[in-house]
Amino acid sequence: MTNWIDACAKDDIDEEDVIRFDHDGKTYAIYRSPDDEFFCTDGLCTHEQVHLADGLVMDYVIECPKHNGQFDYRNGEAKRAPVCNHLGTYQTRIEGDRVLIGLG
Amino acid sequence: MVIVGAGECGTRAAFALREAGYEGSVTLVGKEPHLPYERPPLSKPSNGKVTPKLIANEERFVEADITLLTDDPVTSIDAEAMSVRLQSGRTIPYAKLLLATGTQPRALPVEGGEHAVTFRTLEDARAIFKAAETADRAVLIGAGLIGLELASALRDRDIGVTVVEVADRALGRAVPAELAEIIVAKHRDKGVTFRFGTGIDKVEPSSVTLTDGTKVEGDLIIAAIGVIPDTALAETAGLEVGNGIKVDDRLRTSVPDIFAAGDCASALHPFYGKHMRFESWRNAQDQGEAAARNMVGGDNAFARVPWFWSDQYDLGLQITGMPDPSHRVITRQLPNNARLLFHLADDGRLMATSGIGTGNAVAKDIRLAEMLIEKGLSPDADALSDTSVNLKKLLRG
Repeated sequence: MTNWIDACAKDDIDEEDVIRFDHDGKTYAIYRSPDDEFFCTDGLCTHEQVHLADGLVMDYVIECPKHNGQFDYRNGEAKRAPVCNHLGTYQTRIEGDRVLIGLG
Repeated sequence: MVIVGAGECGTRAAFALREAGYEGSVTLVGKEPHLPYERPPLSKPSNGKVTPKLIANEERFVEADITLLTDDPVTSIDAEAMSVRLQSGRTIPYAKLLLATGTQPRALPVEGGEHAVTFRTLEDARAIFKAAETADRAVLIGAGLIGLELASALRDRDIGVTVVEVADRALGRAVPAELAEIIVAKHRDKGVTFRFGTGIDKVEPSSVTLTDGTKVEGDLIIAAIGVIPDTALAETAGLEVGNGIKVDDRLRTSVPDIFAAGDCASALHPFYGKHMRFESWRNAQDQGEAAARNMVGGDNAFARVPWFWSDQYDLGLQITGMPDPSHRVITRQLPNNARLLFHLADDGRLMATSGIGTGNAVAKDIRLAEMLIEKGLSPDADALSDTSVNLKKLLRG
């Protein structure tokens, strides 16, 4: 069963941007897309454990702030070297002005 | 295809040949005994252990059908016969050759200079951090990026550190004075002693005598006074060299079918209109990729501006482009003492952006600034200094 966690307010995240969210000893990245949809992935880059929330979001791509590895944050797909392992992704749901992420 | 040098550049190039669809043989020749590893983590060992982070494991080389030869340096190139000769005596023919030979640390040219260890390879890192287990005091000669990153790593181990620098300030080559001062202040806070404006007279096994006559004791002495491009091999083939192996904007050397890329290459750069040699991790990757594509029929100029970062204690520095003292500087103050400096040419064009903050606080903006630079834009100075203006807006106009 999906465990829905209230992560943040919609307006905590700028359009086409990302924030970090820590929960239960794990870190996540929550994205707001240019067309106002919300997505959630693992918070750390698969290359060197860098927080992706410090990276740049352009359209549907998040770029690691250290090595420029890129992922499609909608499905976690690794897009550019040096990253080759995909990111884990999580469901999101909007309730009023809150963003919930589905874990477990 | 033969690639000489199995560092970041050569290894990236080998895989890029496959990504470009090349199906013939690819041989990557390295002089070190290890699988290719990333150099940047060497100065930042975690838990006191230097563990190599591989660029690719053995399986990936097998999957990509790349022949990796380690511990067998290329000793000469025969450009007429189009072959390279290895130390083992083996000869390998090539259709195209890429030189990604990197750099060598500059040796300290003074009496006893051999007592100062240098820092470049996995062995160097292992030796230094092994010595650090028992050392009390270190003397670091050279206040460049490598020297200061090592100072930070050694202070984290509670080793006393004195940094000696012949120039009157730190990071004089690559970092604007304003940011260098912030970094030096952080080092001082952490207990590092600086001796600026003084050279080295001689080095003994456990002390360094400065040109002003003072003697600094240390049981670990490290010279980090820059690197020299490794052009010896290129010279055997009669390639044009001069602060690196000279290449055009396609990364072709003066001899047909031989390319050069990465730290060893001095490339004609369309953005700067002159030959430029960069020593950063990303440039090694990017030029390796670009050279690989041009080796298999591509015809693209390499035009990316440089970008690098350096972490010291909790501070993260990032710079894109080449800041120059002649530039007009616009400052953008960010939350939590983070700061961006935009460096503008006389005509208002953005030439470089430097930034510092805690962790990766400036990373997003530096990346956007890089795109502004590469587009050749001249953003409004008021917009650059105004924190409420998202750089993304300036990029998209």
